[in-house]
Amino acid sequence: MNKGLIFDIRRFTVHDGPGIRTTVFFKGCPLSCWWCHNPESHSCYPEESLKSLNLDGKKFSLKEMIGKWMSVEEVMSELRMDRIFYTESSGGVTFSGGEPLMQSEFLLELLKECKANNLHTTLDTSGYTDRGIIENIQPYADLFLYDLKLIDDTDHIRYTGVSNKPILENLIYLISEEKQVIIRIPVIPDITNTKKNIKAIIKFLSHLVNERKSASSIKISLLPYHSIAKNKYSRFHIDNKTMHLKDLTKESLIPLKNEFEAEGFTVRIGS
Amino acid sequence: MNDRIKKLRDQSLNAINRLDAERALLVTNFYKSGIDSKVSTPVMRALTLNHILVNKFICINEDELIVGERGSAPKATPTYPEINLHSLEDLEILDSRHKVSFKVDEETKRIYREEIIPFWKGKSNRERIMRSMAPEWIEAYNAGIFTEFQEQRAPGHTVCGNKIYHKGMLDLMKEVRDAATQIDWKNDPLASIRNEELKAMEIAANAIILFAHRHADKLEELSDEPGNSQRKQELLEMATICRQVPAHAPRTFHEALQNYWFIHLGVITELNPWDSFNPGRLDQHLYPFYKKELEDGTLTKEKATELLQSFWIKFNNHPSPPKVGVTAQESNTYTDFCLINLGGVKPDGSDAVNEITFLILDVIEEMRLLQPGSMVQVSRVNPDNFIHRTLKITKTGFGQPSYFNTDAIVKELVRQGKSLEDARNGGASGCVEAGAFGTEAYILTGYFNLTKVLEITLNNGTDPLTGKKIGLETGPAELFRDFDDLMNAYSKQLKHFIDIKINGNNRIEQIFMEYMPVPFLSLLIDDCIANGKDYNAGGARYNTSYIQGVGLGSITDSLTALKYHVFDKKTISMSGMLKALSQNFIDFEELRFEFLYNTPKYGNDDDYADAQALSVFELFYAAVDGRPTARGGISRINFLPTTSHIYFGSVIQALPDGRKAKEPLSEGISPVQGADKKGPTAVLKSASKLDHLRTGGTLLNQKFTPSFFDDEESIEKMTALIRGYFRMNGHHIQFNVISATTLRDAQKHPEKYRDLIVRVAGYSDYFNDLGEDLQNEIIQRTEQGL
Repeated sequence: MNKGLIFDIRRFTVHDGPGIRTTVFFKGCPLSCWWCHNPESHSCYPEESLKSLNLDGKKFSLKEMIGKWMSVEEVMSELRMDRIFYTESSGGVTFSGGEPLMQSEFLLELLKECKANNLHTTLDTSGYTDRGIIENIQPYADLFLYDLKLIDDTDHIRYTGVSNKPILENLIYLISEEKQVIIRIPVIPDITNTKKNIKAIIKFLSHLVNERKSASSIKISLLPYHSIAKNKYSRFHIDNKTMHLKDLTKESLIPLKNEFEAEGFTVRIGS
Repeated sequence: MNDRIKKLRDQSLNAINRLDAERALLVTNFYKSGIDSKVSTPVMRALTLNHILVNKFICINEDELIVGERGSAPKATPTYPEINLHSLEDLEILDSRHKVSFKVDEETKRIYREEIIPFWKGKSNRERIMRSMAPEWIEAYNAGIFTEFQEQRAPGHTVCGNKIYHKGMLDLMKEVRDAATQIDWKNDPLASIRNEELKAMEIAANAIILFAHRHADKLEELSDEPGNSQRKQELLEMATICRQVPAHAPRTFHEALQNYWFIHLGVITELNPWDSFNPGRLDQHLYPFYKKELEDGTLTKEKATELLQSFWIKFNNHPSPPKVGVTAQESNTYTDFCLINLGGVKPDGSDAVNEITFLILDVIEEMRLLQPGSMVQVSRVNPDNFIHRTLKITKTGFGQPSYFNTDAIVKELVRQGKSLEDARNGGASGCVEAGAFGTEAYILTGYFNLTKVLEITLNNGTDPLTGKKIGLETGPAELFRDFDDLMNAYSKQLKHFIDIKINGNNRIEQIFMEYMPVPFLSLLIDDCIANGKDYNAGGARYNTSYIQGVGLGSITDSLTALKYHVFDKKTISMSGMLKALSQNFIDFEELRFEFLYNTPKYGNDDDYADAQALSVFELFYAAVDGRPTARGGISRINFLPTTSHIYFGSVIQALPDGRKAKEPLSEGISPVQGADKKGPTAVLKSASKLDHLRTGGTLLNQKFTPSFFDDEESIEKMTALIRGYFRMNGHHIQFNVISATTLRDAQKHPEKYRDLIVRVAGYSDYFNDLGEDLQNEIIQRTEQGL
């Protein structure tokens, strides 16, 4: 039976799509973005981690396995647990990561099973995958949360480790298929939030607008940078290249929001 | 709020809580006259009430619109020596204790020393109760197996229905006389008792009319004094109102509120009943008056708001009466557990939310007062915007209103045998207790320490704290072959202590029936008049006696740890476990770590752990539910702790769930503090595995940071969370919206947070007034991460 490597399943997630959701975090990612919030998701293998805890003046370490091979049924039994809350909130399940499309066969089985259970499905993805895969997957995903980071390919390779070519092409494909897509732009000072990059993103998105697709139908979420994952980097001994960056407030993104809105796009700050 | 309300609210907030000897003195002098040997007990009690109401000081605060104080001024709190007699030492403690103090002046101490104590010593109801209890009851009580509600206060635990809004006291007196003519003197063996009770009711009804008239007289007097003409006009209008109600049924919104308030004062002056007293479904009661007067043009929304605000201040002027033999832990609150109900359903089952509902929500938000407490009844037929509006108040971190499931409450009450209509006219009062308003006496008898019973089971009937054998010998725990053996022993031990508790309850009910009738309260609750029977003697249409299970999370996690480590995984032997517990985990730190971090816990939607919660629920239910009581009532269970989980924790050594000796237990049906790691939906799922419909109320506390209420979208998600829980028959949920940082700062700088109110366990209290351990517990409670 097909198994997937999952590093967390979190219930009552309220920022990964509409309503109350359960989010499945896939382990393994082809990208290595400097600002990643889930650095423990990068590797495609289970990892052991020790969490140090104080109790009664003594130090204890709690062994945790980051990443667990799970069957479709095992994941589904977790996903079914909060059905009553999905119903009440028009919520559902979200597949995130890591990059769920890296385990596309497992993901496809899960998505099909969710649809068989009439659950709303959201896919949170970098979009870095083959066209064939995205074509197979998209009929079973009700909503895409699709990251758009850098338009200049050299920059993209520098800050994420991969080319953005398939990412941009797959996004154009999904939009042309009239899928529900929310484009998520991580706003990282000096990296994605440069005049040049923002201009390029606007230009790229404007090309998606045509007679059938109005600008306002293009939905954008601006995600302000925050250093919430700082501790994770040191815990997993991963080099954190954005250590020096300061957190952005929601308010500080208002000018940027205005800039996108001036082009007619539908924009919100935060997920 | 306007200047008048601001002034009255400030007066209420700044008033010093103090003990007022006036009532005690009036009662004592009246009893000294020896009248009690000439009349029946009910009549004596009615005459006592009459004596207080025709002699007590009439307090009218400057600029107020609703009049009447129980004491001589706001927060001047009377005592009830016939129920519980304060010693001089008690008075010193009340005066000097740091938290929830009541100032006692020298004159009061003198009155107590010279008049009250000499007369009542040995005669108070508390002493009568303590003398009557069996030795095994006393032992279990002293060991902290259970508490006793009626030891210091009279049974109240009831809520006013709709009757007083269309019947005046004169109408009720006529009903009383009619009932008296119906007495079957030939065949009814209780005929003369009924006759005495009805006589008493009539005296009590008349007493409250006289009390109102004294206010009218005083108001007229005040209007003669020089002052501004607008206030003079007001005073005269108020005097007219006090001559209309409660003698006659109210005709206006203002009269309806003033009428309730006189009745409220009557109930809390007659005795010191639990939950003081409560108008219950206020939005339903007031709506017809509001609607009619708006149409007639005799009332505006602004005027109605001002009157409601005045009404709110009245409740806040009345702290709960101080207990005797107090420890700060056992009664550190001024809250008297009034719980205004909003929303819910009409008698025909349809949506009851109306304009007054929203108006009262505005009042609650603006007044931000400790009392009265408030709650919303949420039925599936109520609109979402009602919940949205309420959540916006919750967000402010005020801890009110709490959320109740009307559909579950109706089913709970119908299961207990109430008519559908009576159930729909009900709601919740006190902390979370379901009741049929206006028709039921649903008396809480005491908290029950489910976890202490496990400790005694593990020690073969001995209390390890004292070394006394107070339970059954169910065999040495080391000899239990499997988990079922343990559960069988626990079941026997539980039944043993429940039997002791219920025997005690029956004796106490008999004492109240015989010595402490409440003819005034009996006028208000149907069918006491028609039955010619006192409220305390089973005169109400429905009579229920509750035992409140405490520490469900702690007992569940302890049993689960035993099952998991001793029987299933065999990580440790039973004797090893007992040794670790008796040593409070000293030299067993690694084991404690395992218990805390690597053991299934209740509150995570994990059937392995939740199964033990269900077992305990079933055993408790089987031991209590359906058992008859002395006054003709039925015993039932519910799950709420108020603050008893702290006291109960203090009498228990270390527990298998990793809790160290004397730490608090879990509260209500909430998970052990910090044990829930899978977020709020998992907590709600675990909690909903219990069959709430077979209880009379459960309490679930969830703490959220304000960010969960940020915008419309978050509000909708929180609404869905409530709706989801209620769809699974959850009875109640409350939210503590506050950041831990704020609370820690409040601990360090109490002076900066004088207005900080937090929800404790079914009610709200000032954070500063809570004991440090309770403060710590609130801080520790898992914050739901984003």
